[in-house]
Amino acid sequence: MSDAKTTSEAQTQIPVTVLTGYLGAGKTTLLNRILSENHGKRYAVIVNEFGEIGIDNDLIVESDEEIYEMNNGCVCCTVRGDLIRVVEGLMRRPGRFDAIVVETTGLADPVPVAQTFFMDDDVRTKTKLDAVVALVDAKHLPLRLKDSKEAEDQIAFADVVVLNKTDLVTPEELAKVEATIRAINPAARIHRTTRAGVALSEVLDRGAFDLSRALENDPHFLEAHDHDHDHECGPDCDHDHHHHHDHHGHDHHDHDHAHPSDIHDVTVKSVSLRGGEMDPKKFFPWIEKITQMEGPNILRLKGIIALKGDDERYVLQGVHMIIEGDHQRAWKDGEKHESRLVFIGRELDAERLRKSFEACQAA
Amino acid sequence: MPTVAPLDLEGHCVAAVFLNDVPHFALADGAIHRLDHGQKTVQANDGLLAAFHDAANDRLITGGEDGKVFAVKAGGDVSELASAGKKWITNVTAGPQGSIAYGSGKTAFVRFADGKTKEFAHPRSVEGLAFSPKGMRIGVARYNGATLHFPAAEGKPVELEWAGAHTGITFSPDGAFLVTTMQENALHGWKLADGKHMRMTGYPGKVKSLSWSVKGKWLASSGAPAAIVWPFAAKDGPMGKAPLELGTRGNVMVTCVACHPSQDVAAIGYDDGMILAVRFADAKEVLLRRPGKGAVTAMGWDKEERRIAFGSAVGDCGVIDIAG
Repeated sequence: MSDAKTTSEAQTQIPVTVLTGYLGAGKTTLLNRILSENHGKRYAVIVNEFGEIGIDNDLIVESDEEIYEMNNGCVCCTVRGDLIRVVEGLMRRPGRFDAIVVETTGLADPVPVAQTFFMDDDVRTKTKLDAVVALVDAKHLPLRLKDSKEAEDQIAFADVVVLNKTDLVTPEELAKVEATIRAINPAARIHRTTRAGVALSEVLDRGAFDLSRALENDPHFLEAHDHDHDHECGPDCDHDHHHHHDHHGHDHHDHDHAHPSDIHDVTVKSVSLRGGEMDPKKFFPWIEKITQMEGPNILRLKGIIALKGDDERYVLQGVHMIIEGDHQRAWKDGEKHESRLVFIGRELDAERLRKSFEACQAA
Repeated sequence: MPTVAPLDLEGHCVAAVFLNDVPHFALADGAIHRLDHGQKTVQANDGLLAAFHDAANDRLITGGEDGKVFAVKAGGDVSELASAGKKWITNVTAGPQGSIAYGSGKTAFVRFADGKTKEFAHPRSVEGLAFSPKGMRIGVARYNGATLHFPAAEGKPVELEWAGAHTGITFSPDGAFLVTTMQENALHGWKLADGKHMRMTGYPGKVKSLSWSVKGKWLASSGAPAAIVWPFAAKDGPMGKAPLELGTRGNVMVTCVACHPSQDVAAIGYDDGMILAVRFADAKEVLLRRPGKGAVTAMGWDKEERRIAFGSAVGDCGVIDIAG
């Protein structure tokens, strides 16, 4: 009996990358690269329409977007029913692929896609969400933000933003678009590209939802000042510090993301909180209450929490009302025991969040 | 003493059935293995997702990733019945007069014995298909309920509404009840005569396996650490009644159920590969198979009611001989 148990539990979870972005932003180009480049990994790709993917591959699955509201009275508890079915089918024949990429339609809400990987037991046992990657068309983003909420949601929800078609805009326009993305989502990594030419290692196998990794490989989020930057920038700086960019000659633009009032058509905002050591008796009831009450307004949350009397860092992340947390690693010698938490969402009362967060600090 | 003749295969077993008294095992890779004086194999779909035992015609209907529907008969006879393009065929079933039905995306197809095919488009995905045992009527499980079509006639379908995602469907053998499995660890039922609802909840897991007992007196289900068996003999079905809980084990889930063809007994398969036979009347248990390598995913009785073909999620299949 114990043998059988070991076998079924030893099955590794297949990582899933979700690709969002408007029609024309470059999703197909990126998908074609993922399918054709020699990176030593095999991908199963779930698309809404075979469309323009010019590659014949048994592992491209066409699936109709099917959004299910769960019958638990919570309006934000939605999953993608078609993904549950397709993932179950794919996982019956493991060994054919190493990872799954889900391409969403231009207008798709990324939330049900992501929640599927947390809310469905079967899917959660067999797969794990790796990262949400948003492709953004540098030229058309301002227009998209004017006419749709989805474009904003896709950026707000992303771990990685591929800012594509940068050759079609002036450096000033590009800086403005980037500032807009940053205003919506200060936590995402931004890559500037033409023809979706981002290194695949920057979009695949990111571990963005993996609590042990999520906040480590995120130089712009929370950890900004601890990283080996080759120049000084703020936590919201979007440069890729590990690569040299020729088109880097722009001035540091306005980083004032906490007050996105100068950027039009943006309704999502982020609230970054910092504090000292938290009293677990106060913090956990607080975060539970906040996610219960504000859940529908919270798109993403991420945090590293220093708990009083605890030798380990506590990391947490959430999507709407779903929240996951765990100890990550021991605090290093000399590391400041600081708590940091970022909410990305709509209609968030920054002042109230800040005050109630600070009230959870240990005496 | 029951004996087990093991058949170790590679891969997820979708269906285990007897065709012409020969045990057949349909795997997710599309290979159909049979134990017919030694192990023999034929290929059906390139990627087999769904299978239905068409007992009346002694054949297995399969659908798969290749968008095709096959009929597999004893002796290794595989014939293509339909092709629906590049989309996956996610469910198949068989009905009266040699008809079959299959679902792909939002469309359900009914193919009559003469090859004529009728399409039924839906606003949402076709999640499950089942023919009524009476008349030419087919039920489609869908988001927020089920739809009943009458493929042999023109006219409007009957819509049965119940909020939530319905993922599988079955008619009771007398055609009086329709039951669906749901995304949210529950069954839902309708009494077709008056549309009365039946809520069957309380499962800790999703219900993936259903089996009607002889004459439809009971409906056995997976999704809990016991087989949950609902009484359907009364005219209002299980309403107001508690189900039987058979073969209860501490923390091992039931993954597959198969009722005996003529007695109130069910074969119950578990997540660890164990199989028990349990009698409804006194809950008496007989061990048919010790735990194996993977969860039991398929079971089928033979006509003599003596053998059970079974398959698992990792391919350790076999045939149980109850008489030994």
